[in-house]
Parts: sequence; structure tokens; C-alpha cells
Amino acid sequence: MSKKTEYATGLDKFNRIGTATNVGFHVIFILLALICLVPVLVVLSISLSSEDSIRNDGYHLLPTALSGEAYDYIAQQGRMITRALGVSVLVTVAGTALGVLLTTSMGYVLSRPNYKLKGLLTWVVFIPMVFNGGLVSSYYINSNLLGLKDTVWALILPLAVSSFNVIICKTFFRSTIPDALIESAEIDGSSQLRIFFSIVLPISLPVLATIGLFLCFSYWNDWFQSMLYIDNQSLYSLQALLNSLMTNVDALAKNASSMGVSYAELVATMPKESARMAVAIVIVVPVAIAYPFFQKYFISGLTVGAVKG
Amino acid sequence: MDTKSGRKRVRTRWHTQDTELTLLALPTTIWYILFCFLPMFGLIIAFKDFKIHGGFLSNVIHSEWSGFKNFEFLFKSNDAWVVIRNTLGYNAIFIVLSIVVPVTLALMIGQLHSGKAGKAYQTIMFLPYFLSWVVVSAIVWAFLSFDKGIANQFLADMGKDPVNWYMEPKYWPYFLVFMNVWKGLGYGMVVYLATISGIDSTYYEAAVIDGASKWQQARFITLPLMKLVIVMMFILAVGRIFYTDFGLFFQVPRDSNSLFDVATTIDVLVYKQLKTATVGMASASAFLQSVLGCVTILTANWIVRRIDPDSAMM
Repeated sequence: MSKKTEYATGLDKFNRIGTATNVGFHVIFILLALICLVPVLVVLSISLSSEDSIRNDGYHLLPTALSGEAYDYIAQQGRMITRALGVSVLVTVAGTALGVLLTTSMGYVLSRPNYKLKGLLTWVVFIPMVFNGGLVSSYYINSNLLGLKDTVWALILPLAVSSFNVIICKTFFRSTIPDALIESAEIDGSSQLRIFFSIVLPISLPVLATIGLFLCFSYWNDWFQSMLYIDNQSLYSLQALLNSLMTNVDALAKNASSMGVSYAELVATMPKESARMAVAIVIVVPVAIAYPFFQKYFISGLTVGAVKG
Repeated sequence: MDTKSGRKRVRTRWHTQDTELTLLALPTTIWYILFCFLPMFGLIIAFKDFKIHGGFLSNVIHSEWSGFKNFEFLFKSNDAWVVIRNTLGYNAIFIVLSIVVPVTLALMIGQLHSGKAGKAYQTIMFLPYFLSWVVVSAIVWAFLSFDKGIANQFLADMGKDPVNWYMEPKYWPYFLVFMNVWKGLGYGMVVYLATISGIDSTYYEAAVIDGASKWQQARFITLPLMKLVIVMMFILAVGRIFYTDFGLFFQVPRDSNSLFDVATTIDVLVYKQLKTATVGMASASAFLQSVLGCVTILTANWIVRRIDPDSAMM
């Protein structure tokens, strides 16, 4: 055994790119990594710059005058931002829970080989992958017929299920859960609901993690649903808030607790530019901290997905 | 697939288990009916003189048939052709680059002497994938803003005149292509790296004994073994050629009117028409996209199934 590994490492050492090429590759990848990382650091730097320095010198790669005023403002005056953070967290948690439930239950049902309506339900899941009603009729049905306009449900329901995720679940259940396990539970008289919740789900944590993460990131990063369905500012998520700040930087002052200061005065004194970028940082930091740890679940989902359309 | 074997084993009688499974699938089925199938029937408003006010159902039923009038209006305006050109043109470039760049980088990253460094680079290059387009739009703004942006400060330091980036269409095809590659890099590499790591190492051992150089190994072992996956990814991407990433084309150019001709794709046009209440045209554009998209996806899937049945959708 040890001889074999020795041989393999020996071969690996022999079959390597030259040192010069290796250095060259490292340089290329360091440059690419910087291109991916620096833009985010620029946003961080702007959020930490003093408003005066931005007004006079513009944005910089490194802050010319370091200041935490944007974050102070958010902490003290940013009632709107706290609210938006609350909406984002609520939508992400509720949406992920609902989505995982709807996706895995359908995936499980489709994975049962003897189920009578399997053919029909397979079509129900498949057709939306190739054909959809488009934005216009979806918009009118959601806002007019289902009455989702200006409700938090408009942010949760339309993103809960995707056929892609259902198929990942179905493939997982089909390949990892032995039929004998389900059949023995059926013989013992368990109902399918009980089998699903107390046998199938507890042994399917990897796929729950994958689907949960996909949903989590897509809910946290969603701004499109808000842009379509939400006019009421108290239902803005962080993404929707940043979106409106990108078009109108003064919007942040609208709901601030003015404490005797007039609106005009507040608009003039608040750190607008840096606060806007601080909102972006509040959005990015949880994602940037979380994704390196969950990368492997993402990758397993993406590679299944790539093979499975 | 297993539908066939399932059909063989079909028990003729409806069982309690079937009732229970149906109940379990019911919530998701209702979701599909409400959010996927109802809108499909809603597509008929493209052929109607649809009014926005009032209840949706009564409007759909009572509004008058207008034949292909909505489509005539759509194609009379010059917008339709510009937008179709943009959609197909950008997608063609994106498809080529989304294969060439990640495949090249995936081949390179595996060759680094230090595997740990490779993992670290890969993780960092995955970051843009997890940013929303709104955040990306803020990032781009930090660079391209006319009076405060970093790009113009750089130009000023070089002694050049500042550029009003959001008003100059000529730069935007490059910006949009760059942003698309930037955001998709980490995602693209994942799939190809998985394929490379699945290649049996004995191929390389044999090649080394035969005296093959690293370049020859990549050219005659790795690439041929990746060909199937590359072809699959290509066909599936071509199938979605009528769909674009709305966020890229709407958020990054910040909806600037000067950039309409270079940055508007079908998805953006539909949204703009919807928001300006020209519902007839919007529904006609959406209808075209759905139908053409369906045809291309089914064709792509049909081709995939002929090459490799396991990779096809059904």
C-alpha cells in the first residue's frame, strides 16, 4: 500500500508543470482572485469613508478619511434598514422552510416507483422547465387574481419551488434510499406521511442542505419580486432598499426618526453615499462569510444539476 | 427511465398508499397550478385587447379578441428587432466565453503544484456568483460614476478627460460581457472541475510512460474526455438563447435611456413595456419569448438525448 502511494507521488512529482509555468499560473490566478475580491472591498472602503471625503474626492480604493459615520447612522437612525433587515431575514427563513418542504415532498412522491399518478406528476414538474407563461401573465395572475401585491407572500411564494430542485431531490431519494426500507415501513403499517417525515427526511440531510442553501441564497439575493410587487416601503427587503437607494440616494432619510430635525436638514447632514454602500455591505457580509463553508453542498447540487438539465 | 419499468410493474388497483402519496404531493401540485400553469393559459392575453383595470379573470374572458394586432404593433416599432439582435448576439458571445474561459481555467487550476492554493483561488472566484445584481450594480457604480467614480479619477490622474460612462453606448458591450464572465466564472469552473477530477489517473500514468508532455496530456486526454460535458453544456445554453439574465441587463446599465440600443434584451423590454402599461405589446413579447424558448429548449433536449440519454431532461 505504502509502496503504491510512494510510486504515485513519485510520478506526480515527475509529471508536473515546470516551476516557471507554475509561477505564471499563480500570477494569473492571483490576478483573477483580485478582480473578484477587490470590487467588494471597494464598496467596503466607500462605506467606511467620511461623507466629506466622498463629496470632495469621490470614491477611492482605500478610504482617504476613515469614518464609521455610515454605520453609526444605520444603527441610530436607520429604522428603515432595521426593518428591511427584518423583512429579508423573515422571507429567507420562511421561504427556505416552505420551499424545502414543497420540494422534498414532491421529490419523494416522484421517487416512488409504484405510485399510480407518477406519470402525470412527472409531466406537471417537467412542462414548466420548457414552457412558461412569461412575465406579463404571471404578473397579472399574482397581483390581481391571487392578490399577492404588496404582501410578504409575493416575496415568498413565487420562488418556493423549482423543477430543477425537485429533480435533484427525486434523483437523490431514488439512488440513496433503499426500497426495502420503505417497504418494511409500509408492512409495519406506517402511513406515507409518517414514512416521509420520520424515515426519509432524517436520512436525507445532504440533499436537504443542498436545496436549503440554494433557496436560502436565492431568497436573500432576490430583488426582482420586490421590484414587481412591493410598493409599500415598510415591506422593502434589504435588496429592495438598496435598489431604491441606487436610483434615489435621499430615500434613506424618508423614514428616519427625525428627532426634531426637519427632513431637509436630515437629507443635508446624513452620510448618504457611505450609508448606501453600508447597506450593500450589510447584504454581502453574511453571504461572504457563509458561502465558503457551504460550498461543497452547492457544488454537489450544481454538478447534479448540470448533468440533469 | 424508470417510467418504463414502472409501467411493467403497475398494480391495477388504487391503493391507500396512492391516496397518501397524492395527499403528500397535493400542496406542491397546487403551487404548480397557481404559479406555472395558470400563467400559461394567461398567455392568450397576447391575442386580446386586454384592459389592466378590474379583475383578471373577467378581463381575460370579456376583453375582445384582437388577432395579431399586438404583434403588428410590436414589430412596427424598431425596438423589437434591436432587442432580438441584442438577445441573440449577447447570448452567442456568452455561450462561447462561458465554455472557453472556465474550461481553460479548470485545466490550469488542476496543474498548480499547491492544491490548497488552487482551492483558495476557486473559493474566491466563486464570490461574485453569490452577489445579487443590485449589489453588483452598486459595485459598478463605484467605478463608473461620472463625478465620483474610480475610473474617472484614474483617467484624471493620467491627464485625460472624464467619460460619462452611463451615456456612452460604445463601451457597454464590453462591460456587459465582462460582468457576465466575472459573475459566472466560479459557477462555470465547478462543472468542468468535477469532470476533470472524474478522469481515471491511469490514463495520465500511461501517457507519462509514453513520454507525453503536459500540453499533450491536456490536448489528447483531458479535453477529449471533457468533450461530452462541453457539448452538453453548449447545447443546453443554446436552448436558452431567447432568455437572458434580467439583472445583468437591467441593473448594471442602471436603466439608462442612452444605453437602450446596446443593453436591452427581450426580458428587459417585456418588463419596461409592462411597467409603462403597454400591456398588449408586453404580452406579445412575452408570448414570443415563451414559444420560441420552448422550441429551442425542446430541440436542444432532443439533441442531448440522441448524444447521451442520461443527460436529457426527460
